[in-house]
Amino acid sequence: MTDIETAAPQLADLIKGYSADYIEARLEESQRSYITYRGKELESIGQATATGGNVRALVRGGWGFASFNEIGDLPAKVELAVKQATLVGREESNLAPVEPVVDTVPAAHNPTTKPLAEKKQLLDEYNELIWRTPKLQTSVIAYGDSHKKVIFLSSAGSHIVQERSDISLRLSAVAAGDGEVQQASLSVGSAGDFKAISGLHLLVERTAKHALELLSAPQVKGGEYTVVLDPVLAGVFTHEAFGHLSESDFVYENERLRQIMVLGKKFGGEKLNIIDSAAVPGLRGSYKYDDEGVPAVKTYLIREGKLVGRLHSRETAARMGEKPTGNARAINYRYPPIVRMTNTYIEPGSASFDDIIANIKEGVYVKNWFGGTTAMEMFTFSAGEAYMIRNGKVAEALRPVVLSGNVFTTLNNIDAIGNDLEMNQGGGCGKGEQMPLPVSNGSPHIRIRKCLVGGR
Amino acid sequence: MEDILAQAKKVAEEAEVFIVSSEETPVQFEANRLKRIQGKQNTGVALRIIKEGRIGYASTTDLTDTRRLVANAAETAQFGVKAQFKLPQKARYPKIDIFDPDTESISIEKMIELGEELIALVTRHTPDIICEAMVAKDIITLRLMNSGGGEASYKKSIFSLSMWGSLIRGTDMLFVGESQSSCHPLTKPREIADVVIQQLELARNRASVPSGKLPVILTPRGVASAIIPSLMVAFNGKIVLEGASPIGNKLGEKVFDPRLSLWDDPTIAYRPNSRPCDDEGVPSQRTPLIEEGKVANFFYDLQTAALAHTGSTGNGNRNGGLPTPSPTTLVIAPGKTGFEEMVSDIKEGLIIEQLMGAEQGNILGGDFSGNVLLGYKVERGKIVGRVKDTMVSGNIYQVLKEINAIGSKPEWVGGFVHTPPIYCPTLSVASK
Repeated sequence: MTDIETAAPQLADLIKGYSADYIEARLEESQRSYITYRGKELESIGQATATGGNVRALVRGGWGFASFNEIGDLPAKVELAVKQATLVGREESNLAPVEPVVDTVPAAHNPTTKPLAEKKQLLDEYNELIWRTPKLQTSVIAYGDSHKKVIFLSSAGSHIVQERSDISLRLSAVAAGDGEVQQASLSVGSAGDFKAISGLHLLVERTAKHALELLSAPQVKGGEYTVVLDPVLAGVFTHEAFGHLSESDFVYENERLRQIMVLGKKFGGEKLNIIDSAAVPGLRGSYKYDDEGVPAVKTYLIREGKLVGRLHSRETAARMGEKPTGNARAINYRYPPIVRMTNTYIEPGSASFDDIIANIKEGVYVKNWFGGTTAMEMFTFSAGEAYMIRNGKVAEALRPVVLSGNVFTTLNNIDAIGNDLEMNQGGGCGKGEQMPLPVSNGSPHIRIRKCLVGGR
Repeated sequence: MEDILAQAKKVAEEAEVFIVSSEETPVQFEANRLKRIQGKQNTGVALRIIKEGRIGYASTTDLTDTRRLVANAAETAQFGVKAQFKLPQKARYPKIDIFDPDTESISIEKMIELGEELIALVTRHTPDIICEAMVAKDIITLRLMNSGGGEASYKKSIFSLSMWGSLIRGTDMLFVGESQSSCHPLTKPREIADVVIQQLELARNRASVPSGKLPVILTPRGVASAIIPSLMVAFNGKIVLEGASPIGNKLGEKVFDPRLSLWDDPTIAYRPNSRPCDDEGVPSQRTPLIEEGKVANFFYDLQTAALAHTGSTGNGNRNGGLPTPSPTTLVIAPGKTGFEEMVSDIKEGLIIEQLMGAEQGNILGGDFSGNVLLGYKVERGKIVGRVKDTMVSGNIYQVLKEINAIGSKPEWVGGFVHTPPIYCPTLSVASK
C-alpha cells in the first residue's frame, strides 16, 4: 500500500528543484461508504478507498496540471506539469502573496469508521417510517459519508496536512395515483457528525406524507408573485442568485463584467447582508485552509445592499488587486482548485414570519430545496414545497414550483428579512465538472416582490 | 486481475473484477486565450461478489491493496441485496469501432491550434465576446472478468471540442455555446464556430413574448435540455420496476405521437458512448424505446432485468458504484418537415435552444419547467430576436402526444443525443 505520508517529503523536495514560477502538490487518501435504498429494499451498499495526487505548475502565467493515482515516479509527474505550463505560459505569473504554512488539522469526526450495521440500522428506521405512509409508490434513500486526508505542499515551503469528513443524506418519497406521480424530498448533511443526521424521524415521516398531499394539490398559474422563501430555499437562492456571480474567476478577465461587478454597486436594500465564510466552524463548507494553502476568512459579499467583496483564488485576487479569501477548492486530487463558495448566507434581520406574510393578499410561500442553477445574471431554483398565501395566511398546498429571476432586479426586490437564520447542510454544489462539493447555505425567511414563478 | 478474482472466490460463490484506466488530456482556454493543460492518469478497480446469495461491492484506486478490497466487499455483502442474476458467461461481442489511433497520437500543439482557431473564428465575428474553450482527448481501456468465465476488454478514444461565449452589453448578458465529441479527432473548428455564430446572429435583437400558451419549436439542443431528462427517467427499467414511471404499465400502447420513434444505441461506430458490451459484460444492442408512438421497451441492467423477469438490454453502467440501468446514445428518428417550414408556420411563438433548470422539476411525472437561457421569438413566420426573463413549462406526456411536426434534419447534441427539432403545438410561457 502506498502511503502518502511517506511520499510527501520526496515530493516536497522535488517541487523546490524545478524551474517554474510556482509549483504546488496535493496528495490525498480517502475512504467513503454509501448505502442506497429504492423502495422498501436496500439497493446498494459499498465501500471505496482512493489514493492519488497531483502537481500543479505555473510558468509565465500558464498552468500545467498532472494528476495520478499511481504514487510512483514522482519526478515524471512534476516534469509533465512543468512542461505543460511552459507550453501555455506567454505572459507574467501573478499570484497574491500568502505566508507559507506548516500545520496539521485533524477532523473532529470520521464517519467511515462507524460500522456499516449502525448506519444501516438508522436508515432502516427511516425507510420503515416512509413506508408507513399509504399510497406510496416508491422511495429513494441515498446516504454517503467520506473522510479524507490531504497533504498540501508548495514550492514556497507550505506543508499542510488537513483532514476533512462529510456526510450527506437525501430521502425522497414518491406517491402515485391516477397516472400522476409526485415526490417530496429531505436533504441533510454534516461535516462528519453522524448525530446530525440521526433523530430526524418526525421530519422523515412528514416528508413522506407531503408526497401524498401533492397528488391532490393544484399547480400554480405561471406569472409574477410576491414570494416568501423559507430559510432552506432562501439559502439556495442566495447561493444561486448571487453566490456564483461573486466567484471572481468569472469576472477577473472579463472587462465588461468587472464594470458591472464593481465594488460599491448597489444590489439590494439597506438591510441586505450576504456573507461567505469557511471560517465558521463545523459546517459542511468549513475548513482552515483552502486547496491553495490560503487560510479561510469571513467575507462580506454584500453589506447594507452594496457589493463589498468577492471570492478569490490567489490568481484572481492578484489580477484584481484584492486580498485572497481562501476560496480555491477542488473536489479531489483529480482536479485543480477553482473559486468556490463555502458557507454562504444572508444575515438575519428583525422581522418575524408573521410580519413577513401579514400584508400579502395573494402570494406563494415556497419551502425546501429541490435544485438550482445559474447562468450569471439569470437563475432558476426549485422549491420542494409550495403553498398559496391568501390574505396574510398560508393557504392551500401547491405542486412544487420553479422560480426564476435576474440577479440585478431580484435582490433589489427583497423587501423583508426575517430573524430566524438557519443553515442548510443538505445538497452540494456543482461547477464545471467538479461536483458535488460540500457547501452549506442559509438565510432567515425572506420576502421577494415580483418573482417569476413557472406554472400552468 | 486474476489474482483479485482468485482471492474473491475464496470468500464468495461468484465474483467479478472490473478495471478501467484512462489517460485524459484537456487543453483549456479562458478569456479567449490558452490557460491550462492537464494530464490526468486514472485507474480504478471494482470488485462485485455474490456471497451467500447477497451482493457485496468495493472499489479502490490502489491496485496493490487487493486484500483490503476483498475484505471491504465481503463486509458489505452481509447487508447486500439478494442477487437475482447470474454473471454472464463467455459471450460473443459485436465488433464496434470506438478507437481511432489518430486521436491517441494527436499532439498537444495541434490541440492548442484547434482551440485557438475556434476562438479566432468566433471573435472575428463578434470581437467583444469572451470565450472559454476546451479541446480534450481521453484514451480509456476497460477490462472485466468474472468467475463464470465471462471476459471482456476494449480500448476507446474520445475527442471533444467545445466552446462557451459570453457577450455582455450593459447589464445584458448573452450566453452561447456548442460542444461535440467523437472517437475521431474533431479537426474542423469551423463546424462548432458556425453554430455559435448563428446563435449570435439570431440573438442580435431583443424581443419579448406575452405570458400564455404559445407554439414552440425545440431545436436539437432544446430537445436535449427540455425533454430528454424526463424520457431517460421514464424508460429506466429500475423506475419502471418500482412503478414510478408513468409509462411503466403501457408497454405496446400508443402514448406518443405516431411519428415519434426513439431508441438507445451503443453500436453506432465512433460515438463516445458506443461499446461492444456494457459494464457487466452483456453484449451491446440497439434497443427501440418508442416505435411510432408506442412504448416498445425499457432499458435494463442484469439485476433489474432479473427482478422484472426480462433480459438485460446491455445498459448496465457503473458510475463509481454498482451497475445501474443508464442510456448510452439516444436517437430520435427524423421527420419530414424542414426547420424553415416550421418557423414560417408560427404566427407568434418561441424557438428554444437552451432551457435552464428543466431537470429540476418533477421529471418523474414528465414535467419540465425552466428559464429560457437561449431562445428566440417568432413573429409571422420570422425569427425576430432573442427572448429573456422567460420561463416555459410543459409535460412531455402532453407535449409529445400530438406534435405539430418533427424536423427532417437531425443533429448530434454533445455527441450523445441525435435528434431533429420538434415543433410543439403549445407550451405554457411566463414572462416579465
